[in-house]
Amino acid sequence: MIRLADIVTKVRSKNAGPFWLTIDIFCGSPDVFRRVCDGVSSDIAANAMGADLSDLKRFEIADLNVVKFSLPRPRIQGTALDRDMHGASFANILAEMEIGAP
Amino acid sequence: MTKVLIPSGALGLGFDRAALANGVAAKPDLIAIDGGSTDSGPHYLGTGTSKYARGSVKAEWADIMAARAEAGVPLVIGTAGTSGADDAVDWLLDITREIAAETGERLKIAVLKSGQDSGKMVAALAAGRIAPLGPALEISAGLLTSCTNIVALAGAEQIQAALETGADIVIAGRTTDTAIISALPLAQGCHPGGAWHGAKIGECGALATTNPGSGTILIEFDMEGFVITPMGSDARATPYTVSAHMLYENSDPFLLYEPGGHLDVTAAQYEALDPQRVRVTGSKWVPSDRYTVKLEGARLAGYQTVSLVLVREPRYVANIRAWCSDIQQKCTAKARASVAGQFDLELRVIGLDATLGELDSHAQTGSEVGVMGIVTAETQAIAQEVAKILNPYLLHHALTEQEEMPTFAFPFSPTEMSRGAIYEFCLNHVLELDDPMDAFDLTTVEVGP
Repeated sequence: MIRLADIVTKVRSKNAGPFWLTIDIFCGSPDVFRRVCDGVSSDIAANAMGADLSDLKRFEIADLNVVKFSLPRPRIQGTALDRDMHGASFANILAEMEIGAP
Repeated sequence: MTKVLIPSGALGLGFDRAALANGVAAKPDLIAIDGGSTDSGPHYLGTGTSKYARGSVKAEWADIMAARAEAGVPLVIGTAGTSGADDAVDWLLDITREIAAETGERLKIAVLKSGQDSGKMVAALAAGRIAPLGPALEISAGLLTSCTNIVALAGAEQIQAALETGADIVIAGRTTDTAIISALPLAQGCHPGGAWHGAKIGECGALATTNPGSGTILIEFDMEGFVITPMGSDARATPYTVSAHMLYENSDPFLLYEPGGHLDVTAAQYEALDPQRVRVTGSKWVPSDRYTVKLEGARLAGYQTVSLVLVREPRYVANIRAWCSDIQQKCTAKARASVAGQFDLELRVIGLDATLGELDSHAQTGSEVGVMGIVTAETQAIAQEVAKILNPYLLHHALTEQEEMPTFAFPFSPTEMSRGAIYEFCLNHVLELDDPMDAFDLTTVEVGP
């Protein structure tokens, strides 16, 4: 089993204001970047995050070998049901996802 | 050319004193630092209080005020006191007075307040001057009046007005992170795309370099773009570290919306001038038709009491879900029968999936778990009462009827911890203004002996 975390440099997530979450996948090389672009569809990412596909923004930034997703926060920051004030742990959901062989 | 020195990503985070001294030696035209954001949650806007300790803020602010005196240039802080609410601005003004009295420095301070009167906001809503952003939140006159604090995010125009008073120090309430850095270069005719882009790269201090801990950076703005120079001796800016910063805390890495327009960095060019410095050109500023400022509001969301128990017995750890769900059901029923008033009871298993909840598909328990009971209620007394009803369950609840009464581990006495009032963010809107100063209050005061 190969997880996204095993092939990329880093996956990080953070609040983009109280209502949005942003997840940056630093791929480290053009090869891995292509593999992540192909292997992590918006559909897969939205599903893993429990989000509607129509709410998901996707950016493929070849100059940085970065794939970035932004989505409305699963819970608004700091509400009684929110468990992660800075949104930094959501990255693990994508990092631990299995990614198919190249 | 306009040189802006940024001591650190935020006041209270700390910075390298030698790097700040290097920055002063580089003869900046302005020193700018951010005082907060929404990132630490709604409590700080809800209460108008600071996240960081007064003592550490005072120590850092005193160092930066001393750097300002040595450089002989204005110093601007935006989003003072974590949230930029009016009380938070007064808190930092009070600290500034104290420092000036101690150092014997006589200073002119411009105080720019961003707090919004709820009655005026109700009128603006009725006049169709408040519009939602996505994700849209429902608002009403009632919601606006229920906010303990509403602030509008000032842009470059309001900071420029504050600088035009000739103040030594500008203490601003809520501002956009970038406005305090872009205001002077824009006023002095530097390239607008470069001014806003450089401000975005500089807003977190040395985060856009190889050594974020060094804190201090210098941004030189000119007629085409900007140059970033880290002030820490071992920090380097590279085209990669600089361009990657556009990703940070930004839902769109190419566009940044500000009062009066937006920044577009799609065509920006990043060039290494040497191993330390990067020059950026090709950024574009797109003015908007209407002048709008973003609003932030927080309101009371109830009162909480929490209780924590630790479960180490292997059979209970293995069946922790069943245990919690049985307690949840029985305790809620019992409390509903005896407590008059609204409450919610949640049992959160710490050490299983407490961080990600239902999104965690790989969750597994270790040899022990913590169970946190969280009661949210309309008054503190109700929250406390329900938590006391929960206590015997957390102490002794058995998985099955035919077994000896178990006892679990409480780390504290009393077991219930009252968290007080909790707040929630409830605005994601913009307010249209005829004049940028319409929603802001600018005054000047003299401090010191």
